[in-house]
Amino acid sequence: MSRIPLPYNPKVLDLFRNPKNLGKMDDATVTAVAGNPACGDMITFYLKINSEEIVEKASFESYGCAANIATSSIVTEMVKGKHLEEIWSTITWKKVTEEIGGLPSVKFHCGVLAVGALKRAIRKYYQDRGVQPTWLPKDLTFEEKQAVEEEELARMLAKRLKPEAEKQS
Amino acid sequence: MVENVKALLKAHEGLRREVYLDNENSCIVRRESVEAMLPYFNQRAYGNPALTHKPGWEAFETIMECSREIADFLDADAAEEVNFVPGETEANNLALMGTAFAYRNQGKKIVISEIEPINVLHVAELLQKYGFSTVKVPVDSGGFVNLDALREAVDKDTVLVSIAAVNNEIGTVQPIKEAVSIAKDRNPSVIFHTDASDAYGRIRFSVKELGVDLATVSSYKIQGPRGTGVLYVKEGVRTEKILEGQIGTQKLWPGVENTPMIVGFWKASELVFEGFEENVAHMRRLRDKLVEGIFAALPDVRLNGPSGGLRAPDNANISFLRCEGEALTIELSLKGVYVSSGSACSRRLLQPSHVLVAIGRKYSEAHGSILMKTLWTHTEEDIAYALEVFPSAVERIRGIVGSTGVD
Repeated sequence: MSRIPLPYNPKVLDLFRNPKNLGKMDDATVTAVAGNPACGDMITFYLKINSEEIVEKASFESYGCAANIATSSIVTEMVKGKHLEEIWSTITWKKVTEEIGGLPSVKFHCGVLAVGALKRAIRKYYQDRGVQPTWLPKDLTFEEKQAVEEEELARMLAKRLKPEAEKQS
Repeated sequence: MVENVKALLKAHEGLRREVYLDNENSCIVRRESVEAMLPYFNQRAYGNPALTHKPGWEAFETIMECSREIADFLDADAAEEVNFVPGETEANNLALMGTAFAYRNQGKKIVISEIEPINVLHVAELLQKYGFSTVKVPVDSGGFVNLDALREAVDKDTVLVSIAAVNNEIGTVQPIKEAVSIAKDRNPSVIFHTDASDAYGRIRFSVKELGVDLATVSSYKIQGPRGTGVLYVKEGVRTEKILEGQIGTQKLWPGVENTPMIVGFWKASELVFEGFEENVAHMRRLRDKLVEGIFAALPDVRLNGPSGGLRAPDNANISFLRCEGEALTIELSLKGVYVSSGSACSRRLLQPSHVLVAIGRKYSEAHGSILMKTLWTHTEEDIAYALEVFPSAVERIRGIVGSTGVD
């Protein structure tokens, strides 16, 4: 284990101090979760989607570091007023990292997890309705795969795998 | 990068008070220690102690006197047993590597505990590349070393045992005297090292009474300057130096001695050992106030490590459930309370503290852990301010977590 300096930029700090769109949404159309507390980060997204498949409202809750909180918050800003197809095709973890003004490299996974949770929410929206739009790929995207991997790791950790073993994984 | 840090620092402007509780990772050097050091930079004893001129002889005299006094604080027999090194990390590297190499023909096994400091764990790992094997003795939920497992682990092939007298993260005061006698009973030629950095100045600690062969002490852990520490090596114990260079007064560490830092370390030691009992009582009172205050103000908190007399008087390690540690350290910092979290970010996983995992904490509990140590220089007002800040900071972070991550 080593400690890595984390010089967060002012935008990350600002969204950490005053997160936008924070909190549970009671009238959400779809909710999706990614991550696990054992890995140190977990995000829930709430999306209110109208009949034209446009995100009217988005909010989040997050168990995680300042970067996790800030990236989740900025994702909720980025999706507002946009069509699900546009969101799917334009929002990637790189885009989110760029939008937030950059992150320390050890924190890239925060953006990845946030986008993983977002894509899960979109997938779930169509699954709930039994619809498969042509633009929605069957295969999981990079971000979704990463989220799955992290959750699998958490399940292994729950079996009390010691950190030494985890380092080699 | 620097611009980001400047902005982070700007966000701290206008703080009403600042309370530094991260004594594990660095410290505030005491004013008296700083003042004691100053003349040694440019007024006297600035020479190399191994050379034949007045400033050199002054440095020689100063270092010898500091060795003598620190030997007394450790209850060692001779000043020659005190070896100045640049810090705790270096002392532990020297103790493990230098001793393993010196006795490599007697055996190839090193026994440590599961909860040793990172530097001890890493050196033990490195020594495996040189043909040594390492056994890690388990601990119980309070962090106490399992003495039966220690008895089983030490054998004829064992050259070295290393167990810290006080655990640096959870403050467990180990039964070192018993551990030494068990280890030597199993193998009389085994060398016993203890990292006493968190014991020195906090609990009664005597190298003679405990029977240890090697002991590490760190200057900054008692509010002396960083950049110096001591490895006590009992007379007759062979330890090889691990760095090459010009040897002067310090037989185990090459390079020019750091006279001002050594003086600062000596001064900090003197302050801690003058009125030792009152000093310890002061730390304990403030620590208890801090822990009790947090427990009274917040639900879902857990004390990590033992309670009562077998916990170091300064150590407070608390897990805040439903609260991520790094976020909490930043929130507290913005309010002027400086602490550290047990978990550290690596690649995409948060690595929990190996100590908290070893005592059976769940990962999510470890990730919400905060380590604090009360200092000799803390006041009642410092603790009162920390207690004023803590509840709202924890509540805000828990508010962001909401229903996410509830176990």
